[in-house]
Amino acid sequence: MPHDANSQTSARAQPHGGGQPSVAVLISMGRHPLTGRARRADQDARAVEMALSLSDARPRLLHAGHFDQDSEAALRGYLGMGFDALELIEQESGADVIAALSDRLRETAPQLVLTGARAENGEGSGLLPYLLADALGWPIVTSLASIERIERGEATLLQALPRGQRRRLRVRLPAIVTVDSSAPAARQSAFGPARRGVFERVAHASVQDAAFAKWDVQPARKRPKRLKIVKATSARDRFKAAAAKAEGGGGQILADVTPEQGAEAIFKLLQEEGVLR
Amino acid sequence: MLDILLPILIFSALALAAIGALRRVRLWRQGRPSPVPIAKSLAAMPRRYLVDLHHVVARDKYISNTHVATAGGFVAAAVLMILVHGLGLGASEGLGGVLGWLLLVASACMFVGSLFVAKRRRPPPPRLSKGPWMRLPKSLMAFSLGVFVITLPSVGVLPADLGSWVLALVLAGIVAWGLAEMVFGMTWGGPMKHAFAGALHLAFHRRPERFSTQEGGPGRSTGLKALDLDDERAPLGVGAPRDFTWNQLLGFDACVQCGRCEAACPAFAAGQPLNPKKLIQDMVVGMVGGSDAHYAGSPYPAPEGGYKPVGEHGGDPHGPIVAHPFANGGTALVDAETLWSCTTCRACVEECPMMIEHVDAIVDMRRFLTLERGNTPNKGGEVLDNLIATDNPGGFDPGSRFNWAADQNLPLMADRQEADVLLWLGDGAFDMRNQRTLRALVKVLRAAEVDFAVLGNEERDSGDVARRLGDEATFQSLARRNIATLSRYRFTHIVTCDPHSFHVLKNEYGALGGHYSVFHHSTYIAELFDSGRLNLKAWKGGSVTYHDPCYLGRYNGEYEAPRRVLQALGIEVKEMARSGYRSRCCGGGGGAPITDVPGKRRIPDMRMEDVNETGAELVAVGCPQCTAMLEGVVNASAEVRDIAELVAEALNEDSAQDRASRRAQQSEEALVS
Repeated sequence: MPHDANSQTSARAQPHGGGQPSVAVLISMGRHPLTGRARRADQDARAVEMALSLSDARPRLLHAGHFDQDSEAALRGYLGMGFDALELIEQESGADVIAALSDRLRETAPQLVLTGARAENGEGSGLLPYLLADALGWPIVTSLASIERIERGEATLLQALPRGQRRRLRVRLPAIVTVDSSAPAARQSAFGPARRGVFERVAHASVQDAAFAKWDVQPARKRPKRLKIVKATSARDRFKAAAAKAEGGGGQILADVTPEQGAEAIFKLLQEEGVLR
Repeated sequence: MLDILLPILIFSALALAAIGALRRVRLWRQGRPSPVPIAKSLAAMPRRYLVDLHHVVARDKYISNTHVATAGGFVAAAVLMILVHGLGLGASEGLGGVLGWLLLVASACMFVGSLFVAKRRRPPPPRLSKGPWMRLPKSLMAFSLGVFVITLPSVGVLPADLGSWVLALVLAGIVAWGLAEMVFGMTWGGPMKHAFAGALHLAFHRRPERFSTQEGGPGRSTGLKALDLDDERAPLGVGAPRDFTWNQLLGFDACVQCGRCEAACPAFAAGQPLNPKKLIQDMVVGMVGGSDAHYAGSPYPAPEGGYKPVGEHGGDPHGPIVAHPFANGGTALVDAETLWSCTTCRACVEECPMMIEHVDAIVDMRRFLTLERGNTPNKGGEVLDNLIATDNPGGFDPGSRFNWAADQNLPLMADRQEADVLLWLGDGAFDMRNQRTLRALVKVLRAAEVDFAVLGNEERDSGDVARRLGDEATFQSLARRNIATLSRYRFTHIVTCDPHSFHVLKNEYGALGGHYSVFHHSTYIAELFDSGRLNLKAWKGGSVTYHDPCYLGRYNGEYEAPRRVLQALGIEVKEMARSGYRSRCCGGGGGAPITDVPGKRRIPDMRMEDVNETGAELVAVGCPQCTAMLEGVVNASAEVRDIAELVAEALNEDSAQDRASRRAQQSEEALVS
């Protein structure tokens, strides 16, 4: 799978204060939704913010991907959040960066790897964290709201669920955690540190993504939104409709079924919904 | 006995003053270099003092007359005293007698002046500093009276051996007090420091273009100085006092603490934590090192009411001006909110008799906070991100900038390549209220058959907000791209209804290579009317007042044209107490609505009260920011209309004017194409 433009920072443990966690943040090149200009990717920047908010950790940034003028501008955006340097694994355009990232992570052995849930560029499938976790054999936690504490090789995390719900999880380190828009917004990127920051280059051979090269890529169309017909006649009803949980009930929980049964159920649902004809 | 004492006193005071002067110069030279032509500057100083400075001081007749008597008397008395008593040229025979009499006149003149200085401080108005400044009138009197009495024997009015040695000692003591304050205090940091530092500040001012010359009228220099972003070692703004240029530090030292800036500052009046006078004094504290405990004027207002206590802030030339946000509530020289309260309205600079550049200093310090710390408060970071990503502060799709004019059929520069007038629309193009102004302006230009075109979606934010939020990098990026766009087309003038774009295009693009003839729409409409191209109906509405936008008035000296337009409409403007160069800001400049520092009241509310006092039913404005701020006032007594709207309504056309004009336009365009 090609995951162009994804990078990571690794935080090295500080020698004092009882073993601070070494934290790495994988950062990618973002793309502004309106103008398409290169920028910090929103979710990755939130991951960096979360890493910076850990009081002891000295997070390090890492990026693997094709390096050009645009991606330099985007990466400097992360440096502007207060970093002297970031690690850069330069890859050919269109390379699959999983191998480069997993090799580097194995080498630097950070305890915690933070990253955005989905890249704004390239394939943007959101699969990279899973594939990395798979390659490294680490647990993965998605949609983080905050990191409460890290002690004795275990992190206490707050995971964001829909409608503002939170779930507290404890996870054994090392682990990969992903951050989406429920995490706190990233701090401003300052011009001075962004300009001064340096790229520490790490060599790694590019692995061309043969499958992706054959794909046709076109701009995504906005998914149509289901119309929500509000039949309410009073303000109270309208408020209830706005605040109500999404209607459940229509779904079906399949447990302990064979893959074939599961696939069949999904196929049936897609047909019912008119996605497949 | 005085014959022996006086020369000793005078020359030791002069020697101490010389040592103090050297120490002071060393303090200033901690700043960054800023090359000035030394001899030429010093030669220009007397004129700057006698003409430009006096011009500002003379806005208050009482103090200008007082200052002429006191300062003039002192300078003459000091020189004559050195000759008469220091060098002993005061013998009553020959030329010496004349000098003695002149000295008597000079010191008497100074004494009369010092009486008025004393009278003004009974009781002192709140804007004046107390502390050592309360001592100054007495010191002035001691000096003038002492010199007067010791000179009487020199001219033979009194016998030389008058009284006893006791009296001589008392007299010597009084003269010593006067000398200590006036001569040695001048360079060792007493109130008279303003004379020494002020004279040099006038000579080595960072904006020599501000001063009038014999050839022309008063000059103007209001554009912010560009940062050199290509030099990676140059500091990005001012983080510590030593990052100011040496002549900026010298300028801070020139402050006479008269508090005129404080009285003019809209943020101070609104209870936001800014007092320009205190800010300048804090910079002096930073330059010298120490705490602000000795400050004796009004402190910064505290948002929760009252004032911020004095004595908790301090710094040194190499220390930070603003404490690092993660330094756990520590304080440094000033708090960040003080710097972000400023609306950059320049009222303080306009009022300052010492020609200190407060706004330059504030923007310099903001640059550091934004460019180095990434710490622009409130919506600042978001607005800057929007400007970087979408070229407008609201984060709108740049491709929708021109959507408002879908029905206007405006000629695009991209199609036309050239036009007489390039109409610069500004970011108000995204704002529905300002779109009404733009429509009105287009209607006026069409009625006057002006050959104009617009950039449409090719236009970007002028960079005004980015620059005033301290983001020089984004400003320069926007400016350079705008300049590149403008360079592709041929036009004679730029006309805009946004004074902020007007100022930036006219005064700040020059340093980046963009030189244009720019008109504010009020100026351009006034010229159209004067040349008979507009046929206007008489005004039938109620009474009208006019609000001067800071960036049109104080920044660019255009007070007349908008009033001429209103006059052309048959409107007699009911002037507000604060109008013209003393106009009060609407609160919308300098990114203040974005950083939104809390105060006790809102600046636009105060401005609307000014409007209310005139009893006007309508306030004419010439700025999208002012329109937005004043229209945001709840329960306003007056309607807010742009000058362009007033003119557009008064255009003489038949009742079916809209249809007729549209038909006329269409046929006109058919001819063109």
